[in-house]
Amino acid sequence: MTDAMFLVLVVEDDAGIRGVLHTLLESQHYRVAEAETAQRGILETRSHRPDLVIVDLGLPDRDGYSVVREIRQFSPVPILVLSARTMEADKIEALDAGADDYVTKPFSAAELLARVRATMRRSARTADRLPVLQFGAVSVDLTTRTALAGGNSLHLTPLEYRVIECLARSAGLIVTQEQLIREVWGPARLGDTRGLRAYVKMLRQKIEPDPKQPRYLITEAGIGYRLHVDDPPSAG
Amino acid sequence: MAEADRPNPDKLLAEVNRAAARDRRGRLKIFFGASAGVGKTFTMLEAARVARAAGTDVVVGYVEPHGRSETERLVEGLERLPFLEVRYKGITRREFDLDAALRRAPAILLVDELAHSNLVDGEPRPRHAKRWQDIEELLDAGINVWTTVNIQHLESLNDVVAGITGTRQQETIPDRIFDEAAEVELIDLPPVDLLARLKAGKVYVAEHVATATERFFRTPNLLALRELALRRTADRVDAAAREYAGGERASQPWLGRDRFLIAVAPDDQAEQLVRFGKRFADALDAEWIVVSVETPAQLKLGEVERNRRVDVLRLAESLGAEAVTLDGPSAASALVEYARVRNVTRIVVGEPKRTGWRSLIRRSTATELVRRFRGFDVSVIARREGARREPRGVVLAGPGEVRWDRYWAALAISVACTGVAALMYPYFELTNLVMVYLLGATVAAMRLGRGPAALAAVVNVAALDFCFVPPRFSFAVSDLQYFVTFGVMLGVTLVIATLVANIRAQNRVAGARERRTALLYAMSRELAATRYFENLARVAVKHVAETFASHAALLMPDADDRLRTPHGAPVPGSLHDADLSVAQWVYDHDRPAGLGTDTLPAAAAQYLPLKGTRRTLGVLAVRPSQRRRLLLPEQRHLLETFAAQIALAVERAQLAEEAEAARVAAETESLRNTLLASISHDLRTPLAVIAGASSALSHRALDLDAETRRRLAESIELKAQEMSELISNVLDLMRFETGEVRLRRDWQTIDDLVGTALTRLDGRLTTHPVDVALAAELPPVYVDAPLVTQVLVNLLENAAKHTPAGTRISITASNDADELRVVVDDTGPGLPPGDPERLFAKFQRGRDESNTGGAGLGLAICRAIVGAHGGQIHAGPCPGGGARFTFTLPTAGPAS
Repeated sequence: MTDAMFLVLVVEDDAGIRGVLHTLLESQHYRVAEAETAQRGILETRSHRPDLVIVDLGLPDRDGYSVVREIRQFSPVPILVLSARTMEADKIEALDAGADDYVTKPFSAAELLARVRATMRRSARTADRLPVLQFGAVSVDLTTRTALAGGNSLHLTPLEYRVIECLARSAGLIVTQEQLIREVWGPARLGDTRGLRAYVKMLRQKIEPDPKQPRYLITEAGIGYRLHVDDPPSAG
Repeated sequence: MAEADRPNPDKLLAEVNRAAARDRRGRLKIFFGASAGVGKTFTMLEAARVARAAGTDVVVGYVEPHGRSETERLVEGLERLPFLEVRYKGITRREFDLDAALRRAPAILLVDELAHSNLVDGEPRPRHAKRWQDIEELLDAGINVWTTVNIQHLESLNDVVAGITGTRQQETIPDRIFDEAAEVELIDLPPVDLLARLKAGKVYVAEHVATATERFFRTPNLLALRELALRRTADRVDAAAREYAGGERASQPWLGRDRFLIAVAPDDQAEQLVRFGKRFADALDAEWIVVSVETPAQLKLGEVERNRRVDVLRLAESLGAEAVTLDGPSAASALVEYARVRNVTRIVVGEPKRTGWRSLIRRSTATELVRRFRGFDVSVIARREGARREPRGVVLAGPGEVRWDRYWAALAISVACTGVAALMYPYFELTNLVMVYLLGATVAAMRLGRGPAALAAVVNVAALDFCFVPPRFSFAVSDLQYFVTFGVMLGVTLVIATLVANIRAQNRVAGARERRTALLYAMSRELAATRYFENLARVAVKHVAETFASHAALLMPDADDRLRTPHGAPVPGSLHDADLSVAQWVYDHDRPAGLGTDTLPAAAAQYLPLKGTRRTLGVLAVRPSQRRRLLLPEQRHLLETFAAQIALAVERAQLAEEAEAARVAAETESLRNTLLASISHDLRTPLAVIAGASSALSHRALDLDAETRRRLAESIELKAQEMSELISNVLDLMRFETGEVRLRRDWQTIDDLVGTALTRLDGRLTTHPVDVALAAELPPVYVDAPLVTQVLVNLLENAAKHTPAGTRISITASNDADELRVVVDDTGPGLPPGDPERLFAKFQRGRDESNTGGAGLGLAICRAIVGAHGGQIHAGPCPGGGARFTFTLPTAGPAS
């Protein structure tokens, strides 16, 4: 599939933001469809089957969480939510309901496009084999389950590996603490964020050039973690 | 001189309040006549029909045609309220239904017979004792009322009319109702015509007063009554004219008005004097004071007399006088002293009662005033015919039982004296023996009271005569001089005994009064020291319950102005089943009701309104364990005083709360204004750049190269980010101020937080290298991650903004007992001079403000966030130059 066929649906009531998103997305050669209300947005998702849906959490007729949930009932389409800065609880709710990532308003073009790309990649990935991830001097091969740092073999404990794997599967996208704990430790250990933090700290020591100023394993305060990977050269 | 002429602001305020209340009230129109039968009801109904035809909502509340066919015809066609059937002793009477009238609430309501007394003992029980009270309630509810009344029903003229007609009118209305009526229409019918109508059977006459009616309807009576009615109406017109013309004078009512004093004793002339006083005061346009003097003699009065005295004083107050009670040994001297203080030049007294020989021993008050005290005009009012005849012989109450033991003691003293005298007899002259007896009698007088003292005196005389006066052992007297001795001894003894008895009685009264004052003082003092309303209520209930041997409760209104039973811990003595409907009536009408009043007198408790200076604050309900207690006039008066004190305390507490709320509101307002001003400035500045740059970019004619366009776009991005930060800061701070922020805490490691902060500031710290040195093995802290990250972001930004490019910033963290300490240093110019605490206040900026955004809120937010976590934040100089910001976070977590 070439990029030109990707369809992005923008569900946003404010015309100005819709305009900006439209411009940005078109500049990356995506096709753009727009919907002003949640109702309309869900309708369009059903009928036009976009490759990505961007939903504003502050829609007038329904709250974002319920929109995400409804979409998830009939489609695995990647969902990005737009939210105002302070609505943390809403972000977590939306992510738990099935959204893939969020972008805070006001956003910068770079940030938005990076997230869009990451989201597209992930959906593409499910069809392909798991690739090799590259960030800085570190590369992680998810298929062979090996990691290299600057050419040398990087020793990761099984749990550390699972953390990286989980984050890598949604590379560039946010993974909530709960999601991470559930995937790595299982649902019994939910709520044990201390343990998670310890592992993240150890991971940072191993993979970050400056563990004190992480560039790849980013904490999104109060929500979860995000793994920034270098973009493969082919992405626009 | 000064006291009389001082302006009275309370009166002014009362005037203003009255005027305001008057506007909301219904208007009362009285159809006024000299006697029954002149056609008042008829005229009223005629006028009602005219009004109805003009479209006014006129309803007949209560009109009894009494079988007069013309009147009946007029009532037809008008809407009538149903009567209230009241049953009493097997008879059903038709009465006016007040509640139905209030519900119907017409524009004009017709209610006949203003002076009618309601059947208070009937079933269902009417709310008020008198119809004029019903009408007052209607007026308060804003309903206009038309009514009828005769001249003889006016309280102040009651005795005059009785004098004219020979019959005393029992049903009266306070003059106030008449004087304050909006309109009075006089229905005048010459006596000749009236008598003609009577003969023709057109005048209603109740059967059982037939004979009295005959006496009543005689020409001289009718002429006199007609003159009274005309004069009274003329007075009203005159008063209105004066008010209109002399408006200025009315605004200074307390200057230059005459004032006189009326002295009343608890006799049957008291009421007459008070009514005279009202007429006199109206005629002179003077102020008048009614004074009742409690002399020791009056302390022995029975309850009936005491009640009457209080009733007389109430009547005086209701007629517009000031009622005062004095006490002292002599009425005349007390009156004179008071008159001097109050700057009164005329004293009015009743007929002197002591006539004949008694007036020689003790002068009556009137005589004393005239003879002994100069400088006063004294008016003596003769007693009128037809004055109320009370049974003669005042009941002597007081400690009534006879103390026999005292009489025995008196006898014993006499015997002792005789013994002593017998011992002295051989050696002393008879005159000295007399002295012994005198001493004995004096002792008896001082210790034993008047009766025993008299007995002792008589027995002493007898003993002296029998034992020692020649011829001895016989009652014959040889020398007539001894009669003088006997007489003097008796007299002296009686005088001393009387004096002592008087002093004791006065002491008792003074003691009682002092006790009452002490009780009032105790409550006032405790109330003054109490702050919150719940405590006030408890204190008040406790004191009232103790003082009046009753259960009490303070009922306060809720937001809808409905009274609620008090909640909170009950105090011993609190009343739990107060009747809320009665209390609500009291609250709405600002008048007492219940036990001992004219309204709903069958209730178990008395309900008093708590009157504040602006409005009624609530209701005090008091249920005495003995009903009779609250009926005593002194107790009622004391309870009213208690209620007044409680009202003051409650008002004080409410005002304090209001003042506090106002202060907080003002502060919030002030903060909001400062915020708006600051935001306005700080938003316009970046907006200006955005507007300029974007307009340049969109301007077709401008030919900009790519590099310029890029730079313009970059500034737009940067400024937009600044604005975004500012708005976020402001919103954050406002949320903190209003307490909306709930911390979502979780275990976080400080390095995580620092890392997040640094990542967020990635682009903006390019010019300032940051060193992070966190101690190893730092404990995690239980905090709200985004908020604490914000603190770090703000501190770092702050450092970057206020130091030149290239300055190093360092972040260190260490464990300190049960706290985590984080320090952000820079090697820049350091803090501005002055108190570093100042920096954390809202809108403070260290230096020149023109190019730094954020409205100076960043540090204030840091303080709010750190504070909310239970930590502290400080600023100070960094050793080695530069500024140092330190904050701490407690490491203790939730007890898990």
